[in-house]
Amino acid sequence: MTTLTAPASAPLAYRRSAVRRGVLWALAAAVPLAFLTVFFAYPVAAIVGRGLVADGALDLSGFADVLSRPRTWRIVGTTLAQATVGTVLAVVLGVPGAYVLHRCTFPGRTAVRAFVVVPFVLPTVVVGVAFRSVLAPHGPLGFLDWDGTFAGVVAALVFFNYAVVVRTVGAFWATLDPRAEQAARTLGAPPWRAFVSVTLPALTPAIASAAAIVFLFCSTAFGVVLVLGGTGYGTVETEIWVQTTQFLDLRAAAVLSVLQLLVVGAALAVAGRARTSRERALELRVTQMRLALRGPERRAGDVAAVAVTGLVVVGLLALPLLTVLVRSFRTPSGWGLGNYAALGTTGGPNALSVTVWEAAATSLRVALDATVLAVVVGGLVALVVSRRPRSRPARRAVRLLDGVFMLPLGVSAVTVGFGFLVALDRPFGIDLDLRGSLVLVPIAQAVVAVPLVVRTVLPVLRAIDTRLHEAAAVLGASPGAVLRLVDWPVAARSLGLAVGLAFAVSLGEFGATSFLARPDRPTLPVVIFRLIGRPGAENLGMALAASVLLAALTAAVMLVAERLRAGSAGDLA
Amino acid sequence: MASPLAPGTRRRRPTTATALTTTVAALALTACSAVGDSEPPAAEGATSSGTVVLVTHDSFALSEELVAAFEEDTGLTLEQRAPGDGGALVNQLVLTKDAPLGDVVYGIDNAFASRAIAEGVLEPYESPAAGEDAQRYAVDDEGHLTAVDVGDVCVNVDRTWFAEAGIAEPETLEDLTKPEYEDLLVVTNPATSSPGLAFLMATVAAFGEDGWVDYWTALRDNGVKVASGWSDAYYVDFTGPSSEGGDRPLVLSYASSPPYEVPEGVTDPAEAPTRALLDTCFRQVEYAGVLAGAENPEGARQVVDWLLSPEVQADIPEQMYVYPVDSSVELPESWATFAPQPEEPFTLDPEVITENRDAWIRTWTDTVVG
Repeated sequence: MTTLTAPASAPLAYRRSAVRRGVLWALAAAVPLAFLTVFFAYPVAAIVGRGLVADGALDLSGFADVLSRPRTWRIVGTTLAQATVGTVLAVVLGVPGAYVLHRCTFPGRTAVRAFVVVPFVLPTVVVGVAFRSVLAPHGPLGFLDWDGTFAGVVAALVFFNYAVVVRTVGAFWATLDPRAEQAARTLGAPPWRAFVSVTLPALTPAIASAAAIVFLFCSTAFGVVLVLGGTGYGTVETEIWVQTTQFLDLRAAAVLSVLQLLVVGAALAVAGRARTSRERALELRVTQMRLALRGPERRAGDVAAVAVTGLVVVGLLALPLLTVLVRSFRTPSGWGLGNYAALGTTGGPNALSVTVWEAAATSLRVALDATVLAVVVGGLVALVVSRRPRSRPARRAVRLLDGVFMLPLGVSAVTVGFGFLVALDRPFGIDLDLRGSLVLVPIAQAVVAVPLVVRTVLPVLRAIDTRLHEAAAVLGASPGAVLRLVDWPVAARSLGLAVGLAFAVSLGEFGATSFLARPDRPTLPVVIFRLIGRPGAENLGMALAASVLLAALTAAVMLVAERLRAGSAGDLA
Repeated sequence: MASPLAPGTRRRRPTTATALTTTVAALALTACSAVGDSEPPAAEGATSSGTVVLVTHDSFALSEELVAAFEEDTGLTLEQRAPGDGGALVNQLVLTKDAPLGDVVYGIDNAFASRAIAEGVLEPYESPAAGEDAQRYAVDDEGHLTAVDVGDVCVNVDRTWFAEAGIAEPETLEDLTKPEYEDLLVVTNPATSSPGLAFLMATVAAFGEDGWVDYWTALRDNGVKVASGWSDAYYVDFTGPSSEGGDRPLVLSYASSPPYEVPEGVTDPAEAPTRALLDTCFRQVEYAGVLAGAENPEGARQVVDWLLSPEVQADIPEQMYVYPVDSSVELPESWATFAPQPEEPFTLDPEVITENRDAWIRTWTDTVVG
């Protein structure tokens, strides 16, 4: 407000505040960049560098060698096909889901929303066993003959990633002003036409965001691919794993990692283009429609959306989860709660060093740390990236920053995990061995959760009309006040969701965690992995009961996040 | 100033308060989480305050009392790290040998033992606690690695299934290629699973460098199924009592698996629902060793001695599902009854394994997967 009370010095003060603003934005970008550099870029560069440097000189002969193998191109093809088909299906099925679960109201909606996220966090080894039990020749869907096929892998990928589309698109859709579509209807457009030419273009940025995340998840999927793909099936991700952990062929692994980065980079560029070409300031308001499947208010589109969503939720999500749930009640002495009682022990045949409850407590603590980190870092990134600076280089820098923070989803967990081990003994020459440090586990999980936070918060922030920022600034609001009064009320609505997703990712994270695990302090997924790696009905039952616990924890976290969201949504209602 | 976007700000205050409270609460909780209690307090009665770091695999487990006793006796704090399994563990040690991950390693198996030694990851140490049994499995003469436990990877059979089908159970590797056992066996992929690699080595040991490929061709033609990992094969494809909907009564598992399938009250081995085929086994040996460049080599040696102590050896079977290397240690009752060890399991010289392992896996992939 000082600028208004001292008009004489206004130009100078304006210039000074512009400089200060510049410094503040640079700082807001620098903090997350430093985080990403130390805990992602540097370790990855270190391990890839090991593969590409021979006798102190850069040796690129590995490229010619690896790229001339027919197998390489086969696995690249499989990876692309798997990721593309998985992404398309997840989007096609997820968009109706986003509509039903975020745009419409009906009894039980909150519960279904929380349920949808559960698959996202279940350990792949449990999902693999559950899916294969359903798809195996004697399983309930054995007639499909999908065991060990491309179709089985894609089904599992959609199972995992459905929530990403529903959540990312839904969060945005819920705030979209329906009046534009209503106007189109009034002007005589049939519902499908109004949707295709008004609503769909407005949703494109959110859909592109979701598709980018899903594509990255699908192209780097590891556990399910291994379990469900069968022996002949290989992707870039599984190949990097085999080359690194079995053959110690870092040269081949490095070439494949570079290849993976290229694929991911290209996918991000395409998604970025789709996003920016459509992105514009939108009128945002919270609207909910009552879902009426009968009577005069009935709309054909609603019926179709509900049918698709119902089919996915029941057929694809619930079936494998029910298999896990039902089997968790099967004990060696018949049906009962024995497996759940065992969660308080270290296992009948002493399979664990801690009880499952202790592991759950560790998981929750780690997830809390990871969530705070991810929300702070991701929130800053989203804020910086949501600005549209006037100068061209600054705009380009902002776009680059956006893409760079997505990379952790597209790089192999093995590369990152091994990178940590070779790089963080003396990070940048500082004598501080981080490798055994307990803080590394939440950090590793936060690196994976940051992109989700960014992608959830960003579309909402970007949709804010820049003129609001300018108007507020002209009226004398300090940069802090602009953030507080313009951005925060809008962002807060998506923040609850971002917190929920970050928490869920962290709870279920296994890839990077497994490289940093401390056997005396395992997380829930690590414990489940250990139990299901031991013979006997007692261990299996306990593993499944622990999985149900993990699922329940996730659903509970999502329900709480929902409440936060619903509460903040009141801002605009 | 009202939010420019909010025409109605009725509910604004309480929600901001809620959001703030939640944030503060979350921060407060975080403050007392990982960073707050990062390290357990040193054991009581500690005489010195050193730390010894044990690098091991994810299935490492020993009774808490034993760890506490070790810490009390030595004054050391035992810190555990488990960055990976089998091959991954050794490869990580190789990559970090300039800045070792810890002081002592436990869990290198005979499939990767020679690589670890050749890469200079280990410091020789001949433990006074290593008896004749441990010496039997020595990899070299300098004592870079000390055997701590052994496990046998064997084909397991669902006896109930064979009894009901009225088919005789197979006994040997050759039997598995016979027409009566067509489409009945599931194994695991040697490129992605450690028992899978062990079974591949069993066939190399049994049929020789010239014969094993033919054997696998015969297995393939007889409808062997290959799963990616043990859990998958055992809990999905196997027909055994703890799996559901499986259709293969022969599975690659361990000699120690059958006791865990025995219903309560059954004491007669003849009534056990599954058993291991003792003529199909490959012996896996797990070693411990002092890491080269260890910060606390003295503590590392104490850990190796401790792993060979009778108390730890007796704790190993029920904690890690493998047999102690020390044959004088009494096995748990159920093991003695239901998990007899094979008398003449297949073995290979670790040196030979290191030289050929990668080539075997590649040839296997070409032969079986195509």
